[in-house]
Amino acid sequence: MSTVTATRAEYCVVACAEVWRGAGEILASPMGTVPTIGARLARLTFAPELLLTDGEALLVGDVPAVGERARVVEGWLPYRQHLALVATGRRHVMMGAGQLDRHGNQNISCIGDWARPARQLLGVRGAPINTLNNPTSYWVPKHSRRVFVERVDMVSGVGYDRAAEAGPSATRYHRIADVVTNLGVFDFDTPDHTMRLRSLHPGGTVDQVREATGFSLAVPAAVPYTRVPTVEELRLIRDVIDPKKLREREVPA
Amino acid sequence: MSGDKSMSAEEVVGRLESGMTIGIGGWGSRRKPMALVRALLRSDVTDLTLVSYGGPDVGLLAAAGKIRRLVTAFATLDSVPLEPHFTAARQRGAFEMTELDEAMVMWGLTAAAQRLPFIPVRAGLGSDVLRVNPSLRTVTSPYEDGEELLAVPALRLDAALVHLNRADVRGNGQYLGSDPYFDDLFCQAADAAYLSCEHIVDTGDLLKDAGPQTLLVNRAFVTGVVATPNGAHFTACAPDYERDENIQRAYARAARDPEAWRTFTARFLSGDEAAYQSAVAAFHEEEPA
Repeated sequence: MSTVTATRAEYCVVACAEVWRGAGEILASPMGTVPTIGARLARLTFAPELLLTDGEALLVGDVPAVGERARVVEGWLPYRQHLALVATGRRHVMMGAGQLDRHGNQNISCIGDWARPARQLLGVRGAPINTLNNPTSYWVPKHSRRVFVERVDMVSGVGYDRAAEAGPSATRYHRIADVVTNLGVFDFDTPDHTMRLRSLHPGGTVDQVREATGFSLAVPAAVPYTRVPTVEELRLIRDVIDPKKLREREVPA
Repeated sequence: MSGDKSMSAEEVVGRLESGMTIGIGGWGSRRKPMALVRALLRSDVTDLTLVSYGGPDVGLLAAAGKIRRLVTAFATLDSVPLEPHFTAARQRGAFEMTELDEAMVMWGLTAAAQRLPFIPVRAGLGSDVLRVNPSLRTVTSPYEDGEELLAVPALRLDAALVHLNRADVRGNGQYLGSDPYFDDLFCQAADAAYLSCEHIVDTGDLLKDAGPQTLLVNRAFVTGVVATPNGAHFTACAPDYERDENIQRAYARAARDPEAWRTFTARFLSGDEAAYQSAVAAFHEEEPA
């Protein structure tokens, strides 16, 4: 019997796909290559009811390889409808993060003092409305102390502590689900909603994760490994969704 | 014919004044009214408050020192994630900023178009958008739920600049791509809206190859119409043309270095629109795609 060994990038793809398990008939909004492959994998396997866009205004009826055009269009979602869809809650977004803290506050706006930043990034984009209205997860391809910080410089995506301070209108539909990185999977399923290590990708250690995290992380007594991709999932990733191995550019082997 | 609103890009800019609040349509590096922006660069109009889903329009106007305040949720070149002139201008504190969420910009423009002072949204609460915009206020629902929501203030504009695929001389504008962006909203939120387009066509020909839902902007909200072929260049203007990634890359590279930027400016931005388009054609002859 032949065995297939998954790469680190492929573990990350499957961990991202898991974000949308059981989500129902909603829009999966992945940002970044690995989350995009993950969302498509979820749709081709355990979450066939997911809606996906072509990255622009079309909802795709088929599941093209990353970088390829869809052959089937099933719907129309221009920016104005996409922004309005957020408030319906029928969406789970996976955003990137320039900085992320233990409460799930995210920054994609700028590093340093906002009035005159040391490094200007994108701006807050849709993070403030996303986090208050639909489930939000994060993808961090390079887990480091630069990203996982004690306090973020400009709260763009709202974390649990800040939502609670802002009151019931902020917490009503607020949920930060998972954080997937090149080292492991994290969630906020702790009594005070601070970040917890949920699983390690094979090959990594708890110490390695602690070393790369700039705040004290909740770590259970026994940490499982991230689920192994199935043979069929690996076939879909390698042959159907990402034959050009774009995933390896985001997460080198 | 009566109701002919056609004019030149220079005439549009001639109607703008320093200190105005100007909205620019499109999104990121997509269907930006770049010919009008280039005309603005050639003018002495400055000290602008700019409302934009930011792309190279923001970058070029920032590099030219024409922005006093920028109202936006982001600036990006899409295929190049960070707009280099925008990031450089922010890092040297070149202008003030009103940083809002993407949806807040949409609802702010909607409030302005609907002549409302604000629209309540579930956004911004808990984020630092409230910290960096201390003038933002919340509003409490007068109904049983009693929810406290953010009151996004109207983003009223003195003028709007948008670029569409087709228009007639009366100001009926048509988009032929897959996304209208927010161009109709920008026009409705403005006291005067100027619409540039790839081609001006006869009114009777607007629906020759397209359905009525492509008629995004109607003439009640348009003050001037300008034919600017390739006028969104180097941003995307689907289906007429894709983004010119080669020129955009050259722009982004040049923007990161003052000396290279002087060279880029001399080559592409020192003459009028015709000179710009010739320089682009010459660039492509030298460096085939």
